[in-house]
Amino acid sequence: MAVSLREYRARIKSTESMKKITRAMELIAASRIVKAQARARQAAPYARELTRAVSAVATYTNVKHPLTTEPENPRRAAVLVVTSDRGLAGAYSSSVLKEAERLNERLRGEGKEVVTYITGRKGEAYYKFRNRDVADSWTGFSDQPSYDDAKQVGQALIQAFVHGIDDEDGRPGEDGVLGVQEVHLVFTQFKSMLVQEPQAVRLLPLEVVEGEEKPSADEVLPLYEFEPSAEAVLDALLPRYVESRIFFALLQASASELAARQKAMKSATDNADELIKKFTRIANQARQAGITQEISEIVGGVNALADANAGSEL
Amino acid sequence: MADGLQVELVSADRLVWSGEATMVRAKTAEGDIGILKDHAPVLSVMRAAPVEIETSGETVVAAVDDGFLSVAANRVSILTEHAELAADVDASAARAELDRLSGSDADDEEAQAAIRAAEARVAVSERS
Repeated sequence: MAVSLREYRARIKSTESMKKITRAMELIAASRIVKAQARARQAAPYARELTRAVSAVATYTNVKHPLTTEPENPRRAAVLVVTSDRGLAGAYSSSVLKEAERLNERLRGEGKEVVTYITGRKGEAYYKFRNRDVADSWTGFSDQPSYDDAKQVGQALIQAFVHGIDDEDGRPGEDGVLGVQEVHLVFTQFKSMLVQEPQAVRLLPLEVVEGEEKPSADEVLPLYEFEPSAEAVLDALLPRYVESRIFFALLQASASELAARQKAMKSATDNADELIKKFTRIANQARQAGITQEISEIVGGVNALADANAGSEL
Repeated sequence: MADGLQVELVSADRLVWSGEATMVRAKTAEGDIGILKDHAPVLSVMRAAPVEIETSGETVVAAVDDGFLSVAANRVSILTEHAELAADVDASAARAELDRLSGSDADDEEAQAAIRAAEARVAVSERS
């Protein structure tokens, strides 16, 4: 009896220290998420102004740009999957990977070959374990991405797309390098502290949403002069626009990751609490059972002695 | 609006400076540009250089990387990947960066842009 009591006490102790760890991680995630949200807010003006500029060019000129032109016969599609560097974030990475699998399935159904790009160690490990080829991957910034990280990723993707412009039927074209004709992005959108949704969007060829519809009468975009020329401005704008979209996705993903981690760690702490309660009850029961047994043994012994004495006195 | 221009200096990760100004000076792909009230709408490619924003009281100087300048309806937006106000520039670090970059012999477009950005930072830090 005493042995199992000791065992239960040890288990309570280890659960308690586990609870301390998960509780600390919960608090860290909670404080970082505030910072992540602030970063996302601070990046908003740049994205807004850039979108305005792109739609201004797109609305008032008919310049064709390779990044906005639909290839006739897309055969290869790049998919960038944004995952986390570290685990202990509940289903965060697995749900974004599942979304990526769905997208891959769809693209293959359309007869396209999928080229995978990854950010985050978890995604890297997932593909490595399954022995699947990854075109390129970046790690080390999933919980606080900087613009330079986004720029690196963006340049690699844009380059793959530019290489893919002259490809024909899945064979490299004039430049001799096999590229892609589409770029997709799978990341987790931060809807609220409780809801984060994995999303798949097409990044390239670009669709500038604002340019499609005529601006309303009271906020007509001014008739800009372009310097040095509309083509040159567009040439410089579009890559920045792509990078800023990727940056936006990385920021959303980092906020989502931290929210998922906070939620996971909170339920881990709650579970630890529950376990401690359960083990304490069992330990108390075991202790009580031990005491009861000892008492009944003593009482039994006394009774037996008394019976023996009574027998000898007679 | 007394001063006439509503200026926003925006870098990729934050809003660096915003407020009213009388004049904005920057460097575009075609040369220096000065913007006063009621300037015609312009959207131009901007080169890394010091940007000066004159408000009624003082002149705000900032180092910017390559980016864009858009002017419309007395609203000036300066978009760039990195921007630093003169007060925030670390003069010795900027100088060291410039020395390192000009020492290397890479001369593709990217290296040139990096050198221009470093030069802008040094110029800004020397002015303040």
